[in-house]
Amino acid sequence: MVRRPSRRAYIGQWVLLAGVVAFGWLLADMVAGNYARKNLHFGFGFLADQAHFDLPFHLISWNLFDTYGRVLLVCLLNTVLVAAMAIVTATVLGLLVGVMRLSVNWLVRNIALAFIEFVRNTPQLVQLIFWYVGVLQTLPSPRQSITLPGGVLLNIRGLFVPDAVMREGSGLLSWLALAVLIATPFVWRVKIGSSRVGAKALFLLLLALVLFAAGVDHVEYPVLQGFNLAGGTQVPPELVALWIGLSIYATAFIAEIVRGSIEAIPKGQHEAAQALGLKGLQRLFLVVLPQALRIMVPQLTSQYLNIIKSTTLGAAVGYSELMQIFAGTVMQQAAKEAETMAIVMAIFVGINLATSALMNWYNRRVALVER
Amino acid sequence: MHYWTRLATCGAVVAGMLGFASGSWAQEVKSPTMDAIKKRGELICGVDTGIPGFAFQDSAGKWAGLDIAYCRALATAVLGSADKVKFIGTTSKVRFSVLQSGEIDVLIRDSTLTLTRNTELGLAHGANNFFTGEAFMVKKSLNVAHAKELNGATICVLTGTTLELNIADYGRANNIKINTLLFERPEEAFAAAEAGRCDGYTDDGGSVAAARSSMKKPDDWVILPELISREFLGSYTRQGDERWNILVRWTHMAMLEAEVLGITQKNVDEIKKTATNPEVRGFLGLEENFGKKLGVDNDWAYRIVKEVGNYGENYDKYFGPLQLPRGWNELYTKGGLQYPLPWR
Repeated sequence: MVRRPSRRAYIGQWVLLAGVVAFGWLLADMVAGNYARKNLHFGFGFLADQAHFDLPFHLISWNLFDTYGRVLLVCLLNTVLVAAMAIVTATVLGLLVGVMRLSVNWLVRNIALAFIEFVRNTPQLVQLIFWYVGVLQTLPSPRQSITLPGGVLLNIRGLFVPDAVMREGSGLLSWLALAVLIATPFVWRVKIGSSRVGAKALFLLLLALVLFAAGVDHVEYPVLQGFNLAGGTQVPPELVALWIGLSIYATAFIAEIVRGSIEAIPKGQHEAAQALGLKGLQRLFLVVLPQALRIMVPQLTSQYLNIIKSTTLGAAVGYSELMQIFAGTVMQQAAKEAETMAIVMAIFVGINLATSALMNWYNRRVALVER
Repeated sequence: MHYWTRLATCGAVVAGMLGFASGSWAQEVKSPTMDAIKKRGELICGVDTGIPGFAFQDSAGKWAGLDIAYCRALATAVLGSADKVKFIGTTSKVRFSVLQSGEIDVLIRDSTLTLTRNTELGLAHGANNFFTGEAFMVKKSLNVAHAKELNGATICVLTGTTLELNIADYGRANNIKINTLLFERPEEAFAAAEAGRCDGYTDDGGSVAAARSSMKKPDDWVILPELISREFLGSYTRQGDERWNILVRWTHMAMLEAEVLGITQKNVDEIKKTATNPEVRGFLGLEENFGKKLGVDNDWAYRIVKEVGNYGENYDKYFGPLQLPRGWNELYTKGGLQYPLPWR
């Protein structure tokens, strides 16, 4: 027998590892055996095959001869789009509702409370279907579109926004506009001498707008043609339903996180801020929230991960995301079940780990620096 | 716990799993599926989640439909009672995986057999209880008379189906663009069509008739005359259990043969008493031993007709209310495609 406890632990861990590896190998072997027995082949070569079906919603170009690999990219972008939209919206609304929950005004406080309790205690899928079937599908038909200012049309087929048709060869201008846009927040922080550039950086936004506008040839308005509206950009109701559904649901949870974090800040901080003569909102934004943020971030991370995972509920409202198209249509048409599911799971693990990493980095940045 | 005890426990668990896995592999019986059904005392049948005509639940939750009748006929053949069936509603997306994983014994779910499904999914063809093609249903108010006029229209489709490919191919062949909107379950697709989110709905001929019947005002909808594909619906099993597959095939043949011989649920007892025709006597198990050859009782075909009825009776019962003429599903003697193999 090995006497030294440390050595014993060491050996024990290796034996356990060997057991885990052996078990994993056994599982893989069993799957491979089952595949062989059923005359099925495991492989990812199908990603290069042409798909030959239409995708209802795509951010990048799509035609029937594109490959399953491109389907994956289209769906991934769709998933990321709705997740990003929902995260931003839920954060803003969550902050608002969370602060409302602590308001001294009885009505405001209780409206927030009722909202949170109602949303938190009904199933997310039911809410999604409600938004899609109960709200968006009651909009009028294309022929009776609701006209909004600026040539925007709203009907059951979605929101139709005028499109800017770019002049030929104006690509460079647009890229320049984008670059200026991205540079704005960095310029804001640049120090000239001892003072920051600050709000003067907003001038760059104006510059970006001018650069973009210089490349526009004409504006294309949506008009009724045949069965549908033609021209302009369509925001499909499926996207809107999923976006609202995910945002509202997460808002309720984020609001509670915000409330809890604010309440965790010692009362003395409020009083000190008051003693300094800060007004209500100043107290909140300059003193309380920066401290509450440290408590919020780790909990927010798990809410964000939940939103990302819940985008798969889009399959229920006909939104073309990974679950519906890749783990649905592609899985069936290519007859590659294990492979498509493995890819979808790997992608979600990837997106979520990246989000976690980003949030952890942010958490370290806002964390109290201890010396 | 001591380290060694903990290790030993781990080892035992792994060894147990090994033993379990190899044990379940070792068996090699003639029809493992049929044995499992008999042991369980219940047939597990994969059906549609709900589509009038093929498989739907009434207000009391009782399943009915043409596919359901086939499940019941199979249960009658193997277990002697049409009630010993458990129905599992499967979506178009998971149906083949559910069959492949062994969760169901047979898939009878208005599903088409295609080359890819036959080869890549390991789907074994049992029988065809319904020949049809993909059809379109559109709002009457759109004034569309033919599928070719659907350029620019948006059509609601179920995801994971052959329909998605057919519709794209059809558009390509005719140089038109038909937009699709994909849904997982028929209910949601129907609702979207009803609300006007899509201009129409597409599915197999039988299912489109069913969809029309479930609209608030069926008369507001028109089914276009074109069938843009061939859909070959029926019963399927996993590959690797030939004998079970054979029984599934001959259960369908029994329902067709009964119709050919004019034997119905009502007159089967009468005919059994007075039959002199050798074909009828053989079918009802009074002569020959066809049932034994299939691995079931000799009067299995009699029981199927007695408990479930013949093919035509079931068709009329479930598709009659949808006003769907038999067309291709008429017997071969009446110009249709339903042709029972020789009962010899």
